[in-house]
Amino acid sequence: MSTDTSDIELVSSSQAHTGKGLGTGNPADEFVIQPPRTRSTKTPRRTRTNFEMLAWLFMRLSGVVLVVLILGHLLIMLVLDGGVSKIGFAFVAGRWASPFWQGWDLLMLWLAMLHGSNGMRTVINDYAEKDSTRLWLKTLMGAATVFTVLLGTLVIFTFDPNI
Amino acid sequence: MSAPTIDAPHSAALDAAESGGVQLITFTLRIRRFNPEEHPEPVWVDYQLTMDPKERVLDALNKVKWEQDGTLTYRRSCAHGICGSDAMRINGRNRLACKTLLKDVNPEKPITIEAIKGLAVLKDLVVDMDPFFQAYKDVMPFLVTKGNEPTRERLQSAEDRERFDDTTKCILCAACTSSCPVFWNDGQYFGPAAIVNAHRFIFDSRDEGAEQRLEILNDREGVWRCRTTFNCSEACPRGIEVTKAIQEVKRALVTRRF
Repeated sequence: MSTDTSDIELVSSSQAHTGKGLGTGNPADEFVIQPPRTRSTKTPRRTRTNFEMLAWLFMRLSGVVLVVLILGHLLIMLVLDGGVSKIGFAFVAGRWASPFWQGWDLLMLWLAMLHGSNGMRTVINDYAEKDSTRLWLKTLMGAATVFTVLLGTLVIFTFDPNI
Repeated sequence: MSAPTIDAPHSAALDAAESGGVQLITFTLRIRRFNPEEHPEPVWVDYQLTMDPKERVLDALNKVKWEQDGTLTYRRSCAHGICGSDAMRINGRNRLACKTLLKDVNPEKPITIEAIKGLAVLKDLVVDMDPFFQAYKDVMPFLVTKGNEPTRERLQSAEDRERFDDTTKCILCAACTSSCPVFWNDGQYFGPAAIVNAHRFIFDSRDEGAEQRLEILNDREGVWRCRTTFNCSEACPRGIEVTKAIQEVKRALVTRRF
């Protein structure tokens, strides 16, 4: 233990926290393991939008609707009228002849994809440590979501039973 | 004035009864020690102690520091559950060492003691609390009013006081924030303690800064990151319903915006 404290500079409690730990020049500093993304006076930056609140509300509301849509979907597909063995091209074609089932599937597709990708967004926000990693993961996920939603929508609207 | 004297035989009988009632037990205290000047990695160290199981974990730590190893480092001030200095992870749960009795944490097995998680450990059980207090400062934990100051007290009805009574109990020990899995992964999140202290002023009828505080907590790192895992409510040594307070802030935000 060194008794020489001249090169150790302690930060007073009133001084702004820099996010680099206590003391500059303390030889022990390099061993102190900082938890990811420590808060400081500079962070977080303010955005002043309601996006997070709307995303949170969307999760609750879409969740309630999805319980009905998905349980109904599973019931029709897997349980009623012979179960899974009845599913074929003709069965799907028959269902999509009705605008009601087209609407049901379209709503389910959009809500499930947005609900799922918003959930993934929060997971990425929680676990990605670097801002660049966050950006890349979210971009990839956003692209996958847009592709799936658009492809599904296209199929529902342009489905041709006489193909 | 003469103080009543106690008869010698009675006193002796009392002493005998007391010493007869104390059952000392021998147990192990397993402390996660970290001294960056000696070793870059934390190490678990066992200490054997013989104590009354009705004593507190803080007493056991003191016994280690005073009698076995003076280099053991931890924070403690009042030792009566008010100052909030000695929050630590005891047997994997955040508690105050001064409010936890040895008999309540199963002394038959080694009692593990670590620093609270999510904040940088400086030495042994001492963590860097600056990021925690930074989040606290960011929610403006002080009375905000407009207009002239009244010449007398700002009066409040008992019902209005009751509205935020629960969150006035916070002692800023960081047991809740350092039990929050969102905070462990991302220190940018305000954390339960800061939101509890914002709640204390948001629902105070005398305060006029509620809108500002709600705006601060409406942001990316605010209340919407809460996943309602209830770790904070379970960890709070003051019994504050932390998750409920966070949900009340969320509800206030939703009802004010629509």
